[in-house]
Amino acid sequence: MKNFRILAVAAAAMCATSAVHAQEPLKIGMITTLSGPGGYLGQDIRDAFQLAIDMQGGKLGGAPVQVIVEDDALKPGQGKQIADKFIKTDKIKLLTGIVFSNVALAVVPDVLDADGIYVSPNAGPSNLAGKECNANYYVVSWQNDSLHESAGQNANNLGYKKAFLLAPNYQAGKDALEGFKRTFKGEVLGEVFTRLDQTDFAAEMAQIRAAKPDVVFQFHPGGAGIAFLRQYQQAGLTGVVPMVVPSPSMDAVTLKAIGEPALGLNVSAQWNSDFDNAANKEFVAAWMKKYNRPITYYASQGYDTALAIGAALKATGGKVEDAKAFRTAMLKADFKSVRGNFKFGKNQHPIQDWYAMRVEKDEAGVPVIKTTGKISSDVGDFYAKDCKL
Amino acid sequence: MALVLEQLLNGIQFGVMLFLLAAGLTLVFGIMGVINLAHGSLYMVGAYAAALGAKLTGSFLLAIPCGLVAAGLAGMALEYIVVRRLYARDHLDQVLATFGLILFFNQAIILLFGRQPMFVQIPPLLSGALDLGLFAYPVYRLCIILAGLACAGGLFLLIQRTRLGMLVRAGATHRDMVQALGVDIRLLYTILFGLGAVLAGFAGLMAGPLLSVQVGMGEQILILTFVVVVIGGLGSVAGAFWGALLVGLVDTSLRAFLPQILRALMNGSEADALAGGISAMGVYLVMALVLLVRPKGLFPAYG
Repeated sequence: MKNFRILAVAAAAMCATSAVHAQEPLKIGMITTLSGPGGYLGQDIRDAFQLAIDMQGGKLGGAPVQVIVEDDALKPGQGKQIADKFIKTDKIKLLTGIVFSNVALAVVPDVLDADGIYVSPNAGPSNLAGKECNANYYVVSWQNDSLHESAGQNANNLGYKKAFLLAPNYQAGKDALEGFKRTFKGEVLGEVFTRLDQTDFAAEMAQIRAAKPDVVFQFHPGGAGIAFLRQYQQAGLTGVVPMVVPSPSMDAVTLKAIGEPALGLNVSAQWNSDFDNAANKEFVAAWMKKYNRPITYYASQGYDTALAIGAALKATGGKVEDAKAFRTAMLKADFKSVRGNFKFGKNQHPIQDWYAMRVEKDEAGVPVIKTTGKISSDVGDFYAKDCKL
Repeated sequence: MALVLEQLLNGIQFGVMLFLLAAGLTLVFGIMGVINLAHGSLYMVGAYAAALGAKLTGSFLLAIPCGLVAAGLAGMALEYIVVRRLYARDHLDQVLATFGLILFFNQAIILLFGRQPMFVQIPPLLSGALDLGLFAYPVYRLCIILAGLACAGGLFLLIQRTRLGMLVRAGATHRDMVQALGVDIRLLYTILFGLGAVLAGFAGLMAGPLLSVQVGMGEQILILTFVVVVIGGLGSVAGAFWGALLVGLVDTSLRAFLPQILRALMNGSEADALAGGISAMGVYLVMALVLLVRPKGLFPAYG
């Protein structure tokens, strides 16, 4: 009897191993920013991506997947090295994860040249959205400019006529100011390019005060945004000159760190945690259960990216080798996005709705980001017309 | 006019912060001959310890000793465990070892506090703005200027007028002779390293309420600190002081005034972009100029 039991266990174990052999999980390479001031952005993308996989029982679209995560430390060179290792050593074909546009611009062309597929959960630099668009490059988040175009539209809707603009001196910062000016109908009193690693904005505060604008538009993702808003208050500008920001300047984490000085801030975004759709409610509840920390746009994008990939894998039977078949499946965007309406445009960037939000106190007196209305519907991006796909 | 004065004050405030970091760095660099890249990490330790202290006790006043003690202890432990082994080795080894320490400190902070930035409230007493006649200036930033100047004065007295300072100066030039006279130079170096760490921690804890307390905050300011040390002259505290003020003022003035000046010459958008570029490299241009005219810095420590 005892021998029989051992035999049974052994047989079961052999079955299990052969099953594993049959279903070798699909490896997905995630290059993201986990260290430094921007570290929580990558952390949220990574955790939300993993959450989607966990919610589907270790699979995406029925295919077992394994995510291999590496930290690019916001260094384009390091990102390139990791991509090289993923593609050549680990033989990974499907990559995702990059937070910052400067890293994306260094890594994505390498991935595409090596016949890889890249699905962006955040960065959507203009250079890759127009003429340089590529059949194997998908962006689930947004094209960088659209964030700021929606903020410019928001400023028009709120009736502001004179704006002062600030953004860090790098590709996404330049995209930010271009995007805002594209839709903003009023006068621009000044544009300031801050340093990417700058955290003290005293000189800029004095310039804002001297320029006397109706509204300030600023784009400072991560820690710099926190410092900016605190110093805005310390300089006595909060409540005097209102501010319009795109979502990267005000997420749930920055809000928690800033607190009350953020009240009254106008935010525009494609997603917010209070969205009333079934997919979003399920996502928010699962996030709170697993991680129990503030949930950011980055998390929603990481989650949507996983769902988008999952929908494509479902159609291809878990295969990514045939990039054409994967593309056909991917472009259908056959998944329930947590942001509501979602489809891919012809440059494989999203066509989606943008919403106005405001930082207000909730019933408990805690500042939260509240959705106040829609800014625009079914918006693609400015560069799609140059894409010949 | 008011704007110019306000921006000058901003520049001085930035310079004073840089001085607190540069003072420790220049002492260690110039006198002990160690390139300590991990100096920024001590700044971060001070900021985090103060943030934690403020969070637990709810008082900024109690947070100050937390930050100072933590940075000082971390500095002395660092010297005792790691840096002590590096005195006799060449600069490349020192750079490697202390760069490793940066990674160590950053990861340790991530493990202890997580990646999300912390924030310290400005104490209510210092949170307003003081009316200086022409313009109002935040009280807290004025306090930073005063505290920094006081530190500079104290450091000057310590190095020029006390026995400890005398030993430090003697140890810098004639290490073996000082040792032969029966002075424990190792202990002296540990104390000196701790002093530098305390100053860095002080800068960190004062920066907390202005900037966000986050992993990697030390590296952001470290490069400018090295620029200050090089401009001032290695090993010279006075040089660090004037170098820091120069860097602070140049950096702030370029950011503040260059856009307006260029806007008068060309169209707005181009002027702003150009001004952003020039002001980003402004302090490095100053450093290059200083090195061209005075290769040993403004105040060379010896000879």
